[in-house]
Amino acid sequence: MAARLRGFLAFWYDFVIGDDWLVAVGVLAGLAGTYALSRASVPAWWLLPVLVAVLLPVSVRRAIRR
Amino acid sequence: MGAGTGALFLAVFLACAVEAVEATTIVLAAGTARNWRSATTGMAAALLALGVIVAVLGPAVTAIPLHWLRLFVGALLLVFGLQWLRKAVLRASGHKALHDEDQIFAEQLAAARGQQQRKAWLVTDWYGFTLSFKGVLLEGLEVVFIALTFGSNYHDVPLAAVAAGCAVVVVAGAGLAVRAPLARVPENTMKFVVGIMLTGFGMFWGAEGAGAHWPGSDAALLVLIPVTGLAAVGLAAWLRRPAVASAGPQSQQAAAGQLAGQAGGGTAGEVR
Repeated sequence: MAARLRGFLAFWYDFVIGDDWLVAVGVLAGLAGTYALSRASVPAWWLLPVLVAVLLPVSVRRAIRR
Repeated sequence: MGAGTGALFLAVFLACAVEAVEATTIVLAAGTARNWRSATTGMAAALLALGVIVAVLGPAVTAIPLHWLRLFVGALLLVFGLQWLRKAVLRASGHKALHDEDQIFAEQLAAARGQQQRKAWLVTDWYGFTLSFKGVLLEGLEVVFIALTFGSNYHDVPLAAVAAGCAVVVVAGAGLAVRAPLARVPENTMKFVVGIMLTGFGMFWGAEGAGAHWPGSDAALLVLIPVTGLAAVGLAAWLRRPAVASAGPQSQQAAAGQLAGQAGGGTAGEVR
């Protein structure tokens, strides 16, 4: 039963998070930052593109170094 | 058809076609190496399971308020898109082997031939059935997710379903007609394009769901997607440079040509 549960969780982790957990954490942080800026009535549309511009090269570099 | 619905159709069609190519390779390997009846039964059972998932999840997804749907879908698309894009950049820059359906087919075939035949319930060959079932179900889950979420966000699930259905019919039809892996499909290039589109839509919907407003509203996608594509192609080219710089002039030309093919127009392996 425990092995099946582990397998089930591993499947969803692999399906959603994938090879690099940093991407998922970065996306969540970016969305939280966008929400915070929007609540403060500051234009926030630029935050995710900037995040992607940083996150993609970092994630690619991490994959190359592995 | 407006720009938004055109982009919706294209994104869903391409994403689903890529998944369908991979699922077709698995079914073909199961059918060729094992037993066609068990492989097609496995495929039909997986399609039935996917139909049940759509029937259950479809109404649930469309019932979610648009604000929360965009936040949730944007986050997932952005994660998926960046993962696809990372692999596409690694492949285009030569840091990861290109996705080769011929090689995958050969590996699946060898693995499938090594297993003993076992009958279970009404299935003649259980291994062939489960290989086909798992392949179609896992690849199909992504198709379902992409079609449902894109369709819900544009209030046009039927159009997304038609795009997904067209992709599956075209790819599966071609695969079953030739009974060989679809190695001529420019899969690496398609994956690059899908990664760009998922990332672009993910940024757009994620930011909107989190309360941001895009300058130009939906027209922002017309800037976001091309800029994301240029950045990804540029990153692939930049990562390729050190290896090119150390080679002679002829090697430089060859590497530049290979990169252009991988990033934009397919590879020698893909169009073979």
